[in-house]
Amino acid sequence: METAISTMNSAVEQESEVQPSLVDWKSIAKPLSAVAGLFLLIFFLPMDSTRFTGAVIESLALAKWYAREHVLLCLVPAFFIAGAISVFISQAAVMKYLGAGAMKILSYGVASVSGSILAVCSCTVLPLFAGIWQRGAGLGPAMAFLYSGPAVNVLAVILTARILGPEIGAARAIGAVIFSIVIGMIMSWIYRKEEQAKAAGAIYMPETEVERPLWQNVLYFATMILILVSATWSGSAESGFWHMVHGVKWYLCGLFSLVLGAMLVFWMNVKAYKVAVSGVVILVLALALPGKPLIAFSAGIMALSVLLISTRGETESWFLATWDFSKQILPLLLAGVLVAGLLLGRPGSEGLIPSEWVARLVGGNSLWANFFASLVGAFMYFATLTEVPILQGLIGAGMGKGPALALLLAGPALSLPNMLVIRNVIGTRKTIVFVGLVVVMSTASGLIFGFLFDGAS
Amino acid sequence: MNIKVLGPGCPKCEQTAKNVQEAVVAADVDADVEKVTDTMEIAGYGVFGTPAVVVDGEVKSVGKIPRPAEIQQWIQSAM
Repeated sequence: METAISTMNSAVEQESEVQPSLVDWKSIAKPLSAVAGLFLLIFFLPMDSTRFTGAVIESLALAKWYAREHVLLCLVPAFFIAGAISVFISQAAVMKYLGAGAMKILSYGVASVSGSILAVCSCTVLPLFAGIWQRGAGLGPAMAFLYSGPAVNVLAVILTARILGPEIGAARAIGAVIFSIVIGMIMSWIYRKEEQAKAAGAIYMPETEVERPLWQNVLYFATMILILVSATWSGSAESGFWHMVHGVKWYLCGLFSLVLGAMLVFWMNVKAYKVAVSGVVILVLALALPGKPLIAFSAGIMALSVLLISTRGETESWFLATWDFSKQILPLLLAGVLVAGLLLGRPGSEGLIPSEWVARLVGGNSLWANFFASLVGAFMYFATLTEVPILQGLIGAGMGKGPALALLLAGPALSLPNMLVIRNVIGTRKTIVFVGLVVVMSTASGLIFGFLFDGAS
Repeated sequence: MNIKVLGPGCPKCEQTAKNVQEAVVAADVDADVEKVTDTMEIAGYGVFGTPAVVVDGEVKSVGKIPRPAEIQQWIQSAM
């Protein structure tokens, strides 16, 4: 018997030497370990722990709250605005101020706000940064651009203001602009001796595609922002002007939408009858279902999409850019909301991480809490916009407002992977100085903001 | 002929590379298409925006996705 088995084994071995195995282990190992991992995870799922089941429910409840309160009224309009910015504002006009011959003061100013105008995806920031440093306006404006690019992104500022409160949203935008200028100037002062002769060679700017007078662009963006603001106007105030505005917000929203419709007809060659038909449909829906403004609003979004797709030219690019933003950001945001809900729960309730831990580390407004928040923000990687639900969870669990701002200012601009790439471009020493400056300044701003808005704790 | 697509690998760069391939096939030429993803190398071309297309060392487009027909014209004029 034994000999039979051993001969069989040797036969198998011999055969495997002759013929390669059918099993391509390399291509199987990865998916198999994923399957096994998922199996083990579900096998040991702690369904008896009330903390765990509670956290799962919290996570779904948070996702539902986002879906009800924020997606249609805030995110979708914001995607359209971001799409419009990336299509209608000429990149060349912005980059001109970051070229080699540009005036220093102007280039700092432009670099610090260009992130919101260029609305570039994070992967485009680095080549642009390297270009500005090497052939353009130099180290200072390049650093300013590198910092502000992801930090003053329109979508991020809108969502921050909407969910974490207008004062944090404003502090984030203003803080990021000031930071980028100060950090750029300090960096270029420290390395002033190194600012060698620019690498010679031609500069290639992006071409201008559509030119529209500035005042048209300004009015146009103002209208879209007014639609967003009036639709999301909160009814928290009991009386006075704010309450009055809340009472008529849907009329305001409709009025601004009408203006937007007129702009589409006059400036973007959308056929007038199409706009009129969609206007009537939306109006009928709004009047027929007065208690459900979301239905009319959704119809408005759909009508806008149809108008954009069915008109040739820049409107198509607008729709595509909007779709690109949505496609890129929504899945990340959903994952971020689910994870934040699971770990931290909704404000006022607990997830997997006990609130005392959070409160002990980043509660109040101490120097340590602010420093810790800045440091974590600097090294951790936040996918676009996910810093918002995560912070919401942390604040709900007891994080102070100062540390929250510190994390917002240090977080999106920096992460460990991104530091490694920056290091490739400007070297280890400059990277360390840059990270150090960001952490120190975020800590300081957190302290000041916490002192002003969180009571004198 | 050598065609380079400069870009760190975002969806727009992929689309540009695809359009370039398409144009090369349509123009029926013998061309090397190369993707340049290194940040410093991209900066070395002086392009202020990605994706960018370089045909035989000459920067042809910056910061947008060119259409295959456009690329085909560049290829034909470079021959």
